[in-house]
Amino acid sequence: MLGFVIQRLLQAFIVMMVISFLVFLGVYAIGNPIDVLISPDADQRVREMVIRQYGLDLPLWQQYLGFLRRLIVGDFGRSFVFNMPVLDLILSRVPATLELTLAAVLGATLLGVPLGMYAGYKPDGLASKLIMGLSILGFSVPTFWVGLVLILTFAVTLGWLPAGERGDTVTVFGVPWSFLTLDGLRHLFLPALNLALFKLAMMIRLARAGTREVMLTDIVKFARAAGQTERTILARHVLRLISIPLVTVFGLEFGSTLAFAVVTETIFSWPGIGKLIIDSISSLDRPVMVAYLMLVAFLFIMINFLVDIAYAALDPRMRVRRA
Amino acid sequence: MDQPFARIWGEFRENRVAVAALAVVLAIALVALLAPLIAPQNPYDLAKLVLMDARRPPGYVGSGGYVHILGTDAQGRDLFSAILYGLRISIQIGVLAGMAALVFGALLGTSAAYFGGRIEAFIMRIVDLQLSFPAILLALMLAALLGKGMAQLVAALVAAQYAYFARTAHGAASVERSKEYVEAALSTPLPAAIVVLRHILPNCLPPLIVVATVQIANSISLEATLSFLGLGLPPTEPSLGMLIANGFQYMLSGRYWISIYPGIALIVLIVAINLVGDQVRDQFNPRLKR
Repeated sequence: MLGFVIQRLLQAFIVMMVISFLVFLGVYAIGNPIDVLISPDADQRVREMVIRQYGLDLPLWQQYLGFLRRLIVGDFGRSFVFNMPVLDLILSRVPATLELTLAAVLGATLLGVPLGMYAGYKPDGLASKLIMGLSILGFSVPTFWVGLVLILTFAVTLGWLPAGERGDTVTVFGVPWSFLTLDGLRHLFLPALNLALFKLAMMIRLARAGTREVMLTDIVKFARAAGQTERTILARHVLRLISIPLVTVFGLEFGSTLAFAVVTETIFSWPGIGKLIIDSISSLDRPVMVAYLMLVAFLFIMINFLVDIAYAALDPRMRVRRA
Repeated sequence: MDQPFARIWGEFRENRVAVAALAVVLAIALVALLAPLIAPQNPYDLAKLVLMDARRPPGYVGSGGYVHILGTDAQGRDLFSAILYGLRISIQIGVLAGMAALVFGALLGTSAAYFGGRIEAFIMRIVDLQLSFPAILLALMLAALLGKGMAQLVAALVAAQYAYFARTAHGAASVERSKEYVEAALSTPLPAAIVVLRHILPNCLPPLIVVATVQIANSISLEATLSFLGLGLPPTEPSLGMLIANGFQYMLSGRYWISIYPGIALIVLIVAINLVGDQVRDQFNPRLKR
């Protein structure tokens, strides 16, 4: 097991190095940040000073080595646009994204599991067919378009909810949160709903498939024979049995929800890291782009690594086959 | 050759929803193909655009003397024409990216299964790793790194999607690899490439076709999302995603049609392709065979 862990750790490290090189090359290759940094009418002296300050005059490989060295100590440089350390900038945006993602995933689970269980319990019912039809729609319709329709309906036409920003926030431990104020909740609702729809569709499908399988097992037969009500069977036994795959997916999907948050945050001008990365791509803010890409890559490689280890711990066959 | 197709079609025909969806897909493809003949205006001809006509609601009669049945956008484009041309671009990119990803992924997957050992482990490890990354994030990063343009966009989409094909092809090819006809082919002095392409690959096609239908819909959706985020094609020839993005800023002032109608066209296309894909998948799934 230890050998497996070390091997996987080494693999993760190599992948991380390759990604860092690709990211560096790719970001180096596009655009010229000097045009963004320096106003066109700045004189030659100022230009050279800024170029030297950001190390843009060094050969490519020296820039890469310097980049790696700084990466290891967690120094991602300063944002060209915001003129503050990139790590601070990203960390200041993380709570907004975290709040949005958590609200979406929780909402999708709390709503999706009961709906999916119902659809699995009565697969031929009219309501079940309706639920499944909606879930197909949730899979097919692009997130950004749902966001537009939500804004058009609830913000523009009905005027019930605001269309963007976080609203009032309460600062807890130095971090502003929206969900603690009524105004903040009103602002959170539409983006969270938008982000939740895809997950909701998936939760419904998973819960339905699980329920259909479990309903055919002996456990349910015995529970019925023991005189338990259908409600108790569903709530006590079926829910518990289908919850294992659901929890796995819940954890894994958390990462991909972060990815979709990019779209939702852009539409609703939600000031999280997703909006930050889109803004920095359009303004060629290279340090922010690099830091975001590296952090996301790191996050996913970590998730992958942990999943591998967890599976190996649970199933000895994986250790042999995948090693 | 036509007998298996007749059988597949006969089974496909039983699902009315899928047949209707297929009809919708074909109709949209036809309309997109014939766009220059149907559209009242060439939306890419900047000389034809009149700013006086910009942002007019559906039904407005513009300076061209014809009715803008779906209204006009911020540049004074006839939205109906823009949607038809946008469909062309979206379908083109979706099919191009889907097919390129199919070819690349299938070659990678079948080669991995053919060679086995370390090469297989290496290739499939990369594929697995990539599958754990959300496709949209990967496409987003690549589109940002590669810059704007048709080729760059297709490259980003292919890179984000080939892994699904590679995974599927590898699974199917591993099964075929151990069958006797492959061993027979290998015992002849045929080069390995011929064995892979002529013998193994054709038998892996059904599952790949299933993945392809779904992935074309995904490509179209991804392209629209990237264009919406401003990372797709240059804005002179708007795809559906770009049209929606352009209309977004006017939506808050109640000019809904600029974003909504291209969006409806997009969704009808994607849902229809997905419905066809669902049926095809069920047909090729041996576990659901009666």
